[in-house]
Amino acid sequence: MTRLSLGKWLLPLYTALALIFLMVPIVYTFVFSFNDSLKSNITWRGFTLDKWLNVCAVQNGAVCEAFGNSLIIGLAATVIATTLGTMIAIALVRYRFKFRAGTSLLLFLPMATPEVVLGAGLAAQFLSLGVPKDMLTIILAHTMFCISFVVVTVKARVAGLDPALEEAGRDLYGSPGQVFARITFPLLLPGILAAALLSFALSFDDFIITNFNSGAVTTFPKYIYISASRGIPAEANVIASAVFILALVIVVTAQVSAAARAKRQARLA
Amino acid sequence: MSSGAFADRGADLELVGIQKRFPGFTAIEHLDLVIPAGSFFALLGPSGCGKTTTLRLVAGLEDPTDGRILIGGQDVTTQKAYQRPVNTVFQSYALFPHMTVLENVAFGLRRRKIADALGKAHEALRLVELDHLAARKPVQLSGGQQQRVALARAIVNRPALLLLDEPLGALDLKLRRQMQLELKTIQEEVGLTFLHVTHDQEEAMTMADTIAVMNKGRIEQMGAPEQLYELPKTTFVANFLGQSNLFTGPVVGETSAAIAVDIAGRSIVVPKTRSHRHAGGVTIGVRPEKLTLHRDKPTLDAGSNVMGPGRVTDVSFTGVSTQYLVTVPGVGVLIVFEQNRSFGPVEGEGDEVWVTWNVEHGFGLDDDPVAPDPKFVADTTTKSIAAQRRAALVTELEEA
Repeated sequence: MTRLSLGKWLLPLYTALALIFLMVPIVYTFVFSFNDSLKSNITWRGFTLDKWLNVCAVQNGAVCEAFGNSLIIGLAATVIATTLGTMIAIALVRYRFKFRAGTSLLLFLPMATPEVVLGAGLAAQFLSLGVPKDMLTIILAHTMFCISFVVVTVKARVAGLDPALEEAGRDLYGSPGQVFARITFPLLLPGILAAALLSFALSFDDFIITNFNSGAVTTFPKYIYISASRGIPAEANVIASAVFILALVIVVTAQVSAAARAKRQARLA
Repeated sequence: MSSGAFADRGADLELVGIQKRFPGFTAIEHLDLVIPAGSFFALLGPSGCGKTTTLRLVAGLEDPTDGRILIGGQDVTTQKAYQRPVNTVFQSYALFPHMTVLENVAFGLRRRKIADALGKAHEALRLVELDHLAARKPVQLSGGQQQRVALARAIVNRPALLLLDEPLGALDLKLRRQMQLELKTIQEEVGLTFLHVTHDQEEAMTMADTIAVMNKGRIEQMGAPEQLYELPKTTFVANFLGQSNLFTGPVVGETSAAIAVDIAGRSIVVPKTRSHRHAGGVTIGVRPEKLTLHRDKPTLDAGSNVMGPGRVTDVSFTGVSTQYLVTVPGVGVLIVFEQNRSFGPVEGEGDEVWVTWNVEHGFGLDDDPVAPDPKFVADTTTKSIAAQRRAALVTELEEA
């Protein structure tokens, strides 16, 4: 009896503590985005909406520029990596070719290699090839490591796709293009979307590899790293909070609509 | 397929000298086959005999190593799957999970840009009595309903030839019977040519008007179900299609109508019209349900064959009939089916019995028991054995 009641409050308490522990930095960041700070944002000086309303005003808009760069790089790397990665994943599962196992292994390497090594290696490569470091080199670097994650994610989805479905499509007068567009692609889409989301998240918060290959271009993580040494401005808190809230809204919307869909299907069945 | 055209009726299917090799093993050694338009043709064989490969070749999902495929007299060997006037009901049904039942059925019509695809899809769904479920997704249907959707999705295209790949394998007994009946009705209604691949001999016999028994990449025997059952040509057919009691011995006597074969000192008579070989060593047989058990030594008469005395070594009651295993010294074990006319089995284990059968019920095989003619030269390299073993395991896992 005592053991039972102990479990009754111990588990919720433990869960609550764990959640609080995880949430503290996020709440701190959020709260201090409203701080009426001066140069550094360490002590609470009073509530203001100023920072939210004029995010881009500080340091000639350096925060916003860095954020914009990260968005462009993230989107470009995601589109390229997802397209190439999906094609590679389909080829690896569906076709037998020479060096197939080797290709699989090579694709795995960027995930296993320490980022510092990868970043330094790429930097050396760009240097010896005489490629100037700018936005393009960052996109190339991000695409490279994102492809690995895309291939792994999409490959699982392709492996779970019954080849008989595509055969049925061909059997029902679908040309190879039509079969891909109407059967293969729609069925792989959840995997492809997950891979794209993962790519964007990885690219958006990458610091180490970016730092080696960015030259004069500043991304959001790089900006925060640099400004951390002399006090991060509250505008950075604003952007970080905004990104967090956006992600939260997306997740909640997806969950709610999935629950609604499940309910609708349960009613139909 | 000339787009837009619906076949009025089924078309002949002709396979000429088909051979199919995969890396490491040969799936089809040499196949010549003509399936006349409008027939219900079953390819029957154990797993790994090449029957599914044959079906996939006809569908265009595999290319033959050698030989030609003709549908309605037109050579389709080089045509792709989507260009052939053929549709398949897949073993796993292969319904598109992201489309509704209606969209699934309309898929083929839409690809061929046929007018009123949805109306025709509804019509096909009414034929399989599932129109009220048109808006559902395949996962929301039971196995039997999915099977009927797969069938509707294929026949709505009015293919010249409908291929069925063990489509009833996943259903329980009652549903199987129901679907077998439904398939037969639909075939009679729409008059298509059906090519049905199965390893279930009972299913093949109830549904098909012609059966080809396949073994090791070749057709062993082809004909009407009754003919195959009554007069099997090979040991394989005799044992795969139902059960058989087979005996081997030399021909010791001959009249104008029958031959007498010496089986362990007993003379067994088989009519010449029911035996493929009339001299030398022969294998003869009789079906278990044609045998009668006697407790006392039966009096010899010219119309029947006698074996015995033997001992009943096993009795198993199966409801309609009882299966006895009778061991006859010098001959071996005979299987006997007796209908349960009285209450329960009439003989017990250990009883001494004689077995008789009407001379007219025996049959003689075409197989030469002395020098078995190698019908299929097996590729016995380790690579090939490994490949075949793998294929067998894959089928086994899929069937499980």
